[in-house]
Amino acid sequence: MADEVILLDFWVSPFGQRCRIALLEKGISYEYSEQSLAQKSDLLLRSNPIHKKIPVLLHAGRPICESLIILEYIDETWSDKSPLLPFDNPYARSCARFWADYVDKKLFDSQTRLWKLKAGEADHEQAKRDMVETLQTLEKELGEKDYFGGDVFGFLDVVIVPFVAWFYAYERFGGFSVEEVCPRLVAWAKRCRERESVSKTISDPEKVYEFALYLKDKFGAK
Amino acid sequence: MAGGGENKLKLLGMWTSPFALRVKLALSFKGLSYEYVEEDLRNKSELLLSSNPVHKKVPVLIHNGKPICESQIIVQYIDETFPGADASLLPSDPYERAVARFWAAYIDDKLLKSWLQASMGKTEEEKAEALKETFAAVANLEAAFKECSKGKPFFGGDTVGYLDVTLGGLVSWMHAGEALYGMRLFDATRSPLLDAWVDRFGSLDAAKAVLPDAGRLAEYAKKRQAEQAAAAAAN
Repeated sequence: MADEVILLDFWVSPFGQRCRIALLEKGISYEYSEQSLAQKSDLLLRSNPIHKKIPVLLHAGRPICESLIILEYIDETWSDKSPLLPFDNPYARSCARFWADYVDKKLFDSQTRLWKLKAGEADHEQAKRDMVETLQTLEKELGEKDYFGGDVFGFLDVVIVPFVAWFYAYERFGGFSVEEVCPRLVAWAKRCRERESVSKTISDPEKVYEFALYLKDKFGAK
Repeated sequence: MAGGGENKLKLLGMWTSPFALRVKLALSFKGLSYEYVEEDLRNKSELLLSSNPVHKKVPVLIHNGKPICESQIIVQYIDETFPGADASLLPSDPYERAVARFWAAYIDDKLLKSWLQASMGKTEEEKAEALKETFAAVANLEAAFKECSKGKPFFGGDTVGYLDVTLGGLVSWMHAGEALYGMRLFDATRSPLLDAWVDRFGSLDAAKAVLPDAGRLAEYAKKRQAEQAAAAAAN
C-alpha cells in the first residue's frame, strides 16, 4: 500500500514504545515488526545503516530514525488529530523538546549504569545519586500539573511514560523507593496508565526487571 | 527588525562556542537584532545560572524574558517564531524535516564528538581511533549533503537551511584546526562537496557578520592547551 506504516522495534525498548503510544494516540494503523538485536535483519540494516538501531518508522517505504524525530514526524504528518506538540506555541514546543533532550541525556544513561555497575562500588553509588537527582528534577518540572504539557497528555508525557515500567528495576538495583523520591511523578504515572495507548504499550515492570537482570548477566561489570 | 519592546531578544554566549555561533548564524540569516552577552564560563553570571539552571551552559536565548536552551532547540524556536520573508530554515515537508533533524543530531553526536576526541584524547591510541571515526563521519555527512542539496549549493537547497546553520557553527574551528594541526576536516579528496560548501557558506554576508576569526580561535586553543599542560605538570 502506498502509505503503509511499519515500525521496526524491540518489545521492551522505551524508545520504541514512545512511537507505539504516539501511533495509538493518533489512531494510525501500522504493522509492528519485532526485531532481533543480536542478529539484525536486512530490513533494519537497510533502513538505518548509520546507527543500525530501533526504532525505525517506515512510512510509504521511507525510513525515519531516532525516537524523538519519529514522534515529531508522526505529529506533523497526521496533524489533524490529537496534537502531541502544541502547534501554535513555539515556546511550549521548545520546552517540551528541551525536557525530551534532558530525558535522553540523563535518564537512560543513569538507568544503564544502575544495572550495569556493581552494587556497593563507588561508581554505582554515583549512578544511584544521578538517578535520584534526575527523578527529582523531573518531579520539579511536573510540579502541580496533571501532565507535563499541562492539562492535556502530550509530547513530553509520551517521551517519559515508557520509563515508568523501569521504576521497579530502579528500586531493586538502586535500593531506594521511587515513590519517596518523586511521589507526584508516581501519581502522574498512574494517571497515564489509565490511557489505553499507555496501558496497552508499556511493559510489565517484573518483565522489565527480568530483562535488566539478563542484560546485567551478559554485559554487566564483573 | 524590532530589538526592543515587543520582541526583545538577548543571547548569552561565548565567542569560541560553536553552539552559540549556531544561534548567532540563525539570528543573522533571519535579520534579527538582539543584545549579545559574552559569558565568562569560569565565572558564570546570575542570569545564565537562573536561565539555564539544569545545564548551566551557553547558548541561552532569552525572548521577552523567557529562556530557551540547547542550540538546536533554540534554532528551531527562532525558525518557528520568526518565519520571515525568506524560506524557513527547516523544510516544510515532514519527511525532509526528519532527515534534517537526523543529520543535525549526527553532526553533534558523532562528527563533533569524535573530532574533539581526535585532538583532546588522553592517549595517542585514543586520538588515532577518534580520527578514524571522524573520517567515517565525514564520509557519511558528504553523502548526506549530496542527498539533501540535490545538486544545489546548500543543505537547504538554493538557500541556507537548518543543517547549513548547524554545521556552520563549526566552520571557524575547522579553519583553526587546520592552522593548529595541519588537518583539514573536509578536504578536496575525501569530501569535495563539503569542502566547497565551507568556502561557499563562509563567504555569505550573513555568515561573515558573525563568524569568529580562525586565527584568534587557534591562539585561544594554544593558550588553553598550555594552561592544561601546566596544570597537569603541577599535579
